[in-house]
This record gives sequence, structure tokens and C-alpha cells, in this order.
Amino acid sequence: MKPLEGKTALVTGSARGIGRAIAEHLGSLGANLVISDVLAELTDNTAAELEKLGYKTLSAPCNVVNADEVNDLIKKIVDHFGSLDILVNNAGITRDGLLIRQTPESWDQVMEVNLKGSFLTIKGASRVMMKNRYGKIINISSVVGLMGNAGQVNYSASKAGLIGLTKSAAKELAGRNITVNAIAPGYIATKMTESLPEEAKEAFLSVIPLKRPGSAEDVAAAVAFLASPASDYITGQVLQVDGGMLM
Amino acid sequence: MSVEEKVKEIVMDKLNVTAEQVTPDASFVEDLGADSLDQAELVLALEDEFNLQISDKDSENLKTVGAAIDYITSHTS
Repeated sequence: MKPLEGKTALVTGSARGIGRAIAEHLGSLGANLVISDVLAELTDNTAAELEKLGYKTLSAPCNVVNADEVNDLIKKIVDHFGSLDILVNNAGITRDGLLIRQTPESWDQVMEVNLKGSFLTIKGASRVMMKNRYGKIINISSVVGLMGNAGQVNYSASKAGLIGLTKSAAKELAGRNITVNAIAPGYIATKMTESLPEEAKEAFLSVIPLKRPGSAEDVAAAVAFLASPASDYITGQVLQVDGGMLM
Repeated sequence: MSVEEKVKEIVMDKLNVTAEQVTPDASFVEDLGADSLDQAELVLALEDEFNLQISDKDSENLKTVGAAIDYITSHTS
């Protein structure tokens, strides 16, 4: 039997990029997949493609900043698969720029999606998980939430906030056999980082002992570990997937 | 099943206590060993069972089994 057979996993922001890679990996381990993203059409397409790979898949577009939409999403998942066992908070955005040029609006946008969105999905999912006395919550933070990064005051603050959220939720939910952990990816080659200027990319690579950018699959494998019974005694932790960038 | 029976059943299930312990006067915290998360969970279960919305303020007053039964009786039907 596959390790996640019979478990249902919701991955937010899973229409593409790292989120999609996470969903695929969890699917390969036997999990039922809930593909969710604010981009409705892309969500449907990705879900259909994963369905073709033989995974049990539900397409559930959702804007995670909207509490009503998140509640509907959780209900839809329980109606469809009967449960929700694994939550991966991957949905995130960047609005980069130097501090002195940042606007209150870009600050709010980043906080809403990255931090409030995760709070809302955890709140909804933990209700189901508490009843089941089982749950795995994995928040995708970032190494910049630990070390800071020029040009990313909003993003790094939201990702640091996610670590505080992770630890508090881990303490609250531990008594119900729900583990809550964070993953802090370093420099991962994706569409989001593709747009970085060449010098910025080189600067990142120069501080990575493993001398290569990470892949979406590197992150997905770490998520799979924290979603599996292999990590049942691990909670409130931040697992860095950064090639040694920050030690 | 009456409201009283349903409430008792939920309390027994959520707090892992016996029918004999679940008397109307039993305090969730002092007699039945509930912690704050147990209480929150209990309120959620009651909301689901009786299709109610119990505000935080109201839920603070639901300290005993009897209080919960009375609250639900007066807020349903």
C-alpha cells in the first residue's frame, strides 16, 4: 500500500509551479488530491491532467483571502472525499521593491494571501482534523522569512509570520494529533524566480553551498515527508530546503 | 432523541467521560476535565448537531451540561 493511500490532501496554489509539483508528488504516494488556486481555468486544467495520471482529483478553485470561499472549499472537500487529512499552504504572491518605494497596498496584498490565507485554511481544516484526531499541516514559508532579503520587506515579513503561525498552531493542535510544520525553501528555480535579474540569480548561487538552485521537486519531497507518517513525531519545526544557504 | 440525550452523547464522546458523570450540574472544566480546546470543540460539535451559531460570548456561559442543554433548548424549535 502506498503511504498516503486513503488520505486527502489540499494544496493551495496548486494550479502550477511548486504547488503543482507538491500535488503530483502527494498523488504519486496515493493521496486524493484537491487542486485549488485562484486561477479557476488553470485549476480545472491541472486537475484534469493529474486525473489522467491516475490520481483521484478534485478541482476546487478558491481565493484563500476570502473566508466564505475557504469555508465552502473545506465543505466541498469533505463532501467529495469524506475527509481532509493533509493541508499544504502553498499559495503565495510577491510584490517586490525597495522599502522606500513600497506601498501600503502591496504590503496588504502580500499579507492577505500569504498570511491571512493560511490562517483561514488552517482554521477551516483544523475543524475537520480535530474531529478525526489526525492531521498534517504544512506551511510553505521561505528562507527569506528567516534571513531577510533586500527588496522583500512585505514577503519576508509574511513568511516570518507564517513561522509564528506554524509554531502557535502546532502547540494548540498537538493534543489532537495534528502536526503543523513549515518548510523554508531557498532559491528555487520557478516562474516566480525566473523574472529575477541575472545579477540577483548569480548572487543567490554564490551563497548556496550545494551550488545549484533548488527544484520544485526538492520542495515537494520535503512536503511529502512532513505529510507522511514518517514525520509523526515532528511538529512546530521549520525545515529548510535551501542547499545550505542559511545555517 | 431529546436535546438532553443528544447533548449528553456529544459530551461523552468529546470529553471521553461516562454517562454517570454527565449530570446537569457537571462543570465541563472542573468535573469533566475539559481544557479550552475541548470546550471549543464541544461548542463546534453542538453547533453542527443542532444547526446553530453560538457566539463566543454565549459559549463562555456554557459552563455546565445543564447550561448547554438549556441554551440549546431555548435556541432551537
